[in-house]
Amino acid sequence: MAYIMIFITAIFVNNIILSQFLGICPFLGVSKKLSTAIGMGLAVMFVMTLATIVTFLIYYTFLQPYNLKFMTTVTFILVIASLVQMVEIIIKKSSPVLYQSLGIFLPLITTNCAVLGIAILTIQKNYTLLAGVCYTLASAMGFTLAIVIFAGIRERLERTDIPKALRGTPIVLITAALLSMAFMGFAGISY
Amino acid sequence: MNRESINNLTRGIIRENPIFVMLLGMCPTLGVTTSAINGVGMGLATMFVLMMSNMAISAVKKLIPDIVRIPSFIVIIASFVTVLEMLMQAYVPSLYSALGIYIPLIVVNCIILGRAEAFASKNSIFQSLLDAIGMGIGFTLALTILGAVREMLGNGSLFGWSFVAENADTMLLFIMPPGAFLALASIIITVNKLRGVR
Amino acid sequence: MSDKIKDILFPVITLVVIAAFSAFILGYVHNITLEPIKKAKDGNELQAIAQVTGEFDNNPFAEKMTIFTKSKKHKLTMYPARKNGHLNSVAIKSYTNTGFGGRIELMIGFNVDGSIKSFKIISSNETPGLGSKIDEPKFKEQLEGFYPQRQILKVKQDGGDVDAVTAATISSRAVLRAIERAFDAFNNFNSGK
Repeated sequence: MAYIMIFITAIFVNNIILSQFLGICPFLGVSKKLSTAIGMGLAVMFVMTLATIVTFLIYYTFLQPYNLKFMTTVTFILVIASLVQMVEIIIKKSSPVLYQSLGIFLPLITTNCAVLGIAILTIQKNYTLLAGVCYTLASAMGFTLAIVIFAGIRERLERTDIPKALRGTPIVLITAALLSMAFMGFAGISY
Repeated sequence: MNRESINNLTRGIIRENPIFVMLLGMCPTLGVTTSAINGVGMGLATMFVLMMSNMAISAVKKLIPDIVRIPSFIVIIASFVTVLEMLMQAYVPSLYSALGIYIPLIVVNCIILGRAEAFASKNSIFQSLLDAIGMGIGFTLALTILGAVREMLGNGSLFGWSFVAENADTMLLFIMPPGAFLALASIIITVNKLRGVR
Repeated sequence: MSDKIKDILFPVITLVVIAAFSAFILGYVHNITLEPIKKAKDGNELQAIAQVTGEFDNNPFAEKMTIFTKSKKHKLTMYPARKNGHLNSVAIKSYTNTGFGGRIELMIGFNVDGSIKSFKIISSNETPGLGSKIDEPKFKEQLEGFYPQRQILKVKQDGGDVDAVTAATISSRAVLRAIERAFDAFNNFNSGK
């Protein structure tokens, strides 16, 4: 039950993009086409889960026992950056097809604050490994859900006649505001 | 001061404002600006890291081999962020708790790595410092304006000074997540108009 | 040295040196900020304790104890406040995860007769200007001197005796829940004595 609640909360109620504002850059940047949005979502899901598991293990085997908590940020970001690069190399060598669809997004993920943010939040919330993975996976699904819906809307916006002053960034932000408002309807689901 | 220095200093403030024009560092921009004071705090925190990292990176740029350039930059930036985090926790705990998770996330703020890559790794220490100050002021200014707009509309106050009756209905939407997007959109429309874009 | 080894070794050494240097600086700053950070944290809690209890001349921190709710499910911390060696009230640090923005932590003061003296929110993520009003006098004052044993510690919408903060029923409910939890633990502690 607790895990289901973590899932629902992270996907809908505290949606990582629309209510926590983590990972806004890719949300605004790579959401012009539905297909790229889906690719980005999957890549984030994969990297985020992997990153949380690795950082979680590092934190509880090295940083906490040896009283090195103050090194958390440095260690985590370095681990995430190397992890992303490693995944990129492995995918490139082993599966060119997958690389075609996911590979191009990987370098962008290093500076995606959602990955580091969730890794730190998992520690801050005192989750166990299983709950942490659950939380990460759900957050990543929330990211994918939001970015895919958003890309769908933007594809349609392309074909509409937008007032001159709103063209470009403003209309994108207004759309995001409406989407965020829709997600606010989930707030207050409690157990 | 010569022309180049002045140019480097002022560029980030309006012409290449990191938020309104370049759209960088969106996460803290939208996340912490529920009040003007949070905007100022976040802006100054980011400016501190930007100045330190720009100077440090400019100082060691020739010693770092190209393949480990990005990881080295990240470690340098993350160190300054952690220093800042500990100092804030010790001396301004209330601001620290208001900004929360966004403090460690300064590490992945695209502005900082972006300036390190685009400017500090190619220019002298002094010019890098000027660039950092300019960009920092631009960022702080943008965050403060956004925070002020949201606080005034959403809470009927500015820097904590309330100017409406106690039980007045304010536009609460503006301090909730959707309001962040809406307020930023309106400011960008205004800035575009002022800059004479299109 | 061949070029290949040099190509690998040099970057590795650079990165290690930078990382070591960073660890050194951070360790140093960590050491000098350790005291102030602890002080700031304790100061925050001590201030909250002082606000919710009456006068005291002991150090509530030194006498803090862990108490449990009746079901043993929740663990809370209790700080006794004594004046001239005489117990006049206690502060209990309680929490709830059901706030609008998630976790709310608060300090609740109880008189020895079991009535609520006052409470103070320590940390919360409630919407500023809306849910955050749970820490304002209008909501607080009705709970000061409240007897959870005789009155119903619920918002009026749920058939209780407390007026919820306008448009922030969820936050109000969460606070009452945390208070109830503290009261439960307080009672459980008293009956076990």
